[in-house]
Parts: sequence; C-alpha cells; structure tokens
Amino acid sequence: MKEFNYTIKDAVGIHARPAGQLVKLIKGLGSTVTITKGDKTVNATQLMKLMGMGIKCGDTVTFKVEGGDEEASANAVEEFMNANL
Amino acid sequence: MLKFQGKGVYGAIAVGKVSLFKRQEAQVRRIHVSNVKEELEKLSEAKSKAIEQLSAIYEKALIEVGETNAQIFEIHMMMIEDDDYNESIINIIETQSVNAEYAVAVTADNFAEMFSSMDDSYMQARASDVRDISNRIIACMNASDGGNEMSGEKMIVCADDLAPSETVSLDKDKVLAFVTAFGSSNSHTAILARNMNIPAVICAGEEFLSSIKDGDKLIVDGHTGTIILDPDEDTEKAMLAKQSDDARKKQLLQELKGKENVTIDGTKINVFANIGGVDGIGAVLANDAGGIGLFRSEFLYLESEDYPTEDQQFNAYKRVIESMAGKKVIIRTLDIGADKQIGYFGLEKEDNPALGFRAIRICLTRPEIFKTQLRALYRASAFGTLGIMFPMITSVSEVEKILSICDEVKAELTREGIPFSKNVEIGVMVETPAAAVISDLLAPMVDFFSVGTNDLTQYTLACDRQNSKLEPFCDTHHEAILRLIKMSADNAHKHGAWIGICGELAADTSLTETFLRMGIDELSVSAPYVLPLRDTIRKIDLSR
Repeated sequence: MKEFNYTIKDAVGIHARPAGQLVKLIKGLGSTVTITKGDKTVNATQLMKLMGMGIKCGDTVTFKVEGGDEEASANAVEEFMNANL
Repeated sequence: MLKFQGKGVYGAIAVGKVSLFKRQEAQVRRIHVSNVKEELEKLSEAKSKAIEQLSAIYEKALIEVGETNAQIFEIHMMMIEDDDYNESIINIIETQSVNAEYAVAVTADNFAEMFSSMDDSYMQARASDVRDISNRIIACMNASDGGNEMSGEKMIVCADDLAPSETVSLDKDKVLAFVTAFGSSNSHTAILARNMNIPAVICAGEEFLSSIKDGDKLIVDGHTGTIILDPDEDTEKAMLAKQSDDARKKQLLQELKGKENVTIDGTKINVFANIGGVDGIGAVLANDAGGIGLFRSEFLYLESEDYPTEDQQFNAYKRVIESMAGKKVIIRTLDIGADKQIGYFGLEKEDNPALGFRAIRICLTRPEIFKTQLRALYRASAFGTLGIMFPMITSVSEVEKILSICDEVKAELTREGIPFSKNVEIGVMVETPAAAVISDLLAPMVDFFSVGTNDLTQYTLACDRQNSKLEPFCDTHHEAILRLIKMSADNAHKHGAWIGICGELAADTSLTETFLRMGIDELSVSAPYVLPLRDTIRKIDLSR
C-alpha cells in the first residue's frame, strides 16, 4: 500500500469539475484509491461522496493506494492533484 | 411600471415579452408496485436515455460555450452512473416495492440535502445539479420529451431557477434574455449565460415571479441587474438608446477583433489590458487584448485573512499566465498602503499615506513577504510569458536591491531544481517624478518602464487623488506630466528598454496621438477600452 498527504491549493477546493476528472482518472488506474479527510474516508471513485466531503482550500487529505501498480497509480494521482488542485 | 432588482450576470439589455419557463416536471407519486424487476428495467432504460440526451447537450455546449464549461454535462453523466446514487435508488425500489420515479425523487432529495447543508456556497450550488439529473431521469421514464415550445417571436424566458442543462437546451435564436427569481452567480447557469452572450439577471426575487405572466412587456438590464415590468414610454426610449449604444459597441468589437493596432502610416503599438483578479481574464480575451499590461496582485492579499502562501500565489499566477497562452502577462508586485490597507500587515496609521509606507517600501523593509511573492512569480513563469514590475520606485538603489533579491530567488529555485523561465522581463513603474527624472539611470537596469499616470499626476501636481475639491487643479493633460512621460520614453529607448502606460491616461483617446508620437510601445487599459482604443489608433496618421 502507498500513502501520501496532499494539501488542497485550489481556491474552491475539490469541486464538481476536478472531482469528476479525478474519478475518471482513478477509474482507469487499476488500483483502489481512498481519500481520507479527518474521520471520513471515501473510495475515490465515488463521485457524489467525494463531492459531499466538501474538501476545501487548505484542507489536507490522505490518499491510500492499494492493488495494481501502486507506485505508478500513486504518482499519477499526485501529479493530477499538483496540476489541478 | 414596476422595477425589480436582481444581479446582472451578463451585461446587455433586452426589451421584449415574458415567456414563463414551463418545466415538464411531473408530480411524482409514490406507487406501490408488485413487479420490482419491471421498475428496475424502467430505471435502467431511463438512465440510458438520459445519458444519451446529456451527450447531445454536451455536444451542443461544446460548440456554444466551450470545453471547460461543457464539462459539467460530462460530470452529470458521471453522476447518473455514480454507484452510491444508483444503490440508493435501487435500494428504495427493492426494499419498499415502489415505483422507480419515486425512488429517484427521494434519492435526489437526499443527495441535494447533503450538498445544500454544506457551509460552502460553491457546493450548495451542486444541489441543483443533483436535482437536474434526477428530473431528467424521471422525465425519461414518463416518455414526455416535449421541451419548451416557443413561438416564432424572441422572448424573455423567466423561471424560478434554470438548471445548466435547461439553459443550454434553450434555443438561442428564440431567447432574448433570461431572468431567474433565484440562483447564484456561482452557478453553472450564470457561467453559461455569460458564455452564450445572453443578457441575464438572476435573484430577481419571488415577488418578481409572482408579478409577471406570459406576454408581459419587460426590460432586462444585464449591466445593472434591473428589470422593469410594463415600462413607461420615456423609460423604454432611454433603454432602447442604451441598447443601440451597446449594439454599436458590439459592432465595433466584431469589426475590430483580430485586427492590428496600427496607424494609417503603419506605426504599431501594443494594446494590453489591466486586471485586478483571475476572474478578469475572460474580459481580457473577449476584448482581444494583446496581453495583460498590469495585473494587480493585491487581490490575493486583500481576499485573504493572512499572508497568502507561495503555493496559493503560484496557482493564481499560473492560472493567469496559462490562460493567456503565451501572450505577455505583466504582474505588478504588492502595492498596498496609501488607499489600500490590509489588517494583518499591521501597518501604522499615517497622516499622509500617499507619501508613506507603501508598495515597494513595505516589500524592501519586509523581504520575507517580498521573496514569497517573487518565488511564486518565478515558478509561474515556466508556464508562459511573464513580466514582473515593481511599483513606487524612486531611486537606483531600490532597483539594485530588488534585482539582487530576484537573483537570490532564482538561485534558490535553481538549487531546488524548480523550473522557471530565463526570459522573465523586469520592469519598474514610473509613477513618481523622481523615477521619470532619473529614467536615464534606471533604463539600463531594466527591460521596461510602465507609466502609472494616476500617481504620477498626483505627485507631480501635488494634488491628493482622494480630494474632490482639487479637481479643478488636477489637470491630467498638464504639460509637466507629458514632459515626464516623454523624457522617460526617450531614455528607455536610448537604453534598449520599452515603455508602456498603464494608468487611466492610457485610455484617454485625446492623447493617443501624442503617445504614439512619443514612441510609447504599449498602452494598457481596462478591458472594455481595448477595442475603442484600437479604433482610435487605426484612424491616426502620423505622417501628416
């Protein structure tokens, strides 16, 4: 399992459009990815729940990547976050 | 005649008749069913049909409002296929043995509730997205796909609120404007209206909606957000005049878009735009500015409750630079003090703030704030064409200090392996008489000058900008100011630097010829002035 933290820099946080893009990306990875904020954890392919977490600018979330090519998947997710959020 | 006040989301005027938006929202009733399997099949058919419709809307949106704005419909398709959403619907059908319509409606309410209870206006707006997709699925089950039939005449569509898909589905050729009683300017509907160039007012209030009926005469002013029901003759005349004025400007825009800023004799000049925030970029592009001549970075500090971090700044700068796709973006470093105060900076109250501790003086006294901004700027420079300019310069030694801090920042980034552009242009504002007088000494140190005429006027004529009594004494065309600009231009060119003007005088078309004759290389004005200025330039002949 690979794990990393990420602090949201986008001013409006994980809103609809990037959430959709993130879900799309993760669905294509072949690894299970979860996102945790505080005591809430969602599977990162659950669009509505992900949006429902209300992740805002400045929030730090934890990504856990399991199964498949964990290294590559984690890198892809981190890269996406850096570029978009 | 009755007036209502809402929020204008797209600035244009429409005069026409009301067409109340009819939604084919069937009342959903809870019906007990014996054949659950049939309901599940009905649901899955309706979902495929809804997705089919959404792909068509997505295609239409791609053409009308561009990819970024069309993406919301892709999200809608994903929402329809979302596991949690579907589990909830199926679960309700199976456990309660109820009709699929009801299960969708209840699920929509639950998810919408979740979004609207969040303390974030952006996420609250997502509640309407959930309702929108759910209504679509329900409509698909009822097999009534008759949209809003509208007569031949162009009408003003009035609704309680419009879902994004409803907005895009409206036939643009039949819609003069739209007005909603509710809605937020954050909603995709408002964003779409701006991109579809339809005059639109939102938040007109419940009273507005209950006062109108089909066929009522209405004036919608998207500039001010005012709506006038049954206007009297004079009001209508005035608004029609305003409308034709708008039309003339639009015409000008169409004719001048894509054309060069060149005089009859072939002298070229750059016309750039001034903006004060990331959301100004739309107007910059819409008005066909050649670049951004002044990006005021203060908003980042003003909107924040504490010093904005390097990453926050980097993201904002990067977004601007990327949006301009290689066109030049000149960002001015922090210019606070004087009339712009920020609490957390803890600045002392001054008797004479215009002559006080402001702009570069703060940055050089508190280099940690300055360095954070410079690091963010240099990091963002990797994404396009950046110029950095420094405000309130009065001496050579200030510029020396600035350049050495820039060198430190670049060395740090190189050490950390962080990419930045090697071609960042460095410029100083000429907004104090001192800077103009020593422009021969400053020019060899920089790539460009940018004349800030507002401050240059106040300092040269010793006239406080904030004091309206001084108006008669504050001659912005004063020979002293024009001489200082001329002197700076000559010195810039002597040392291979270029010179622009970014203050209000840049937009003063009675001076355009004077500036062209001085050899000014760039004029930066607020976005709506770009095309009128281009018009002026193209009518000037310097050979005469």
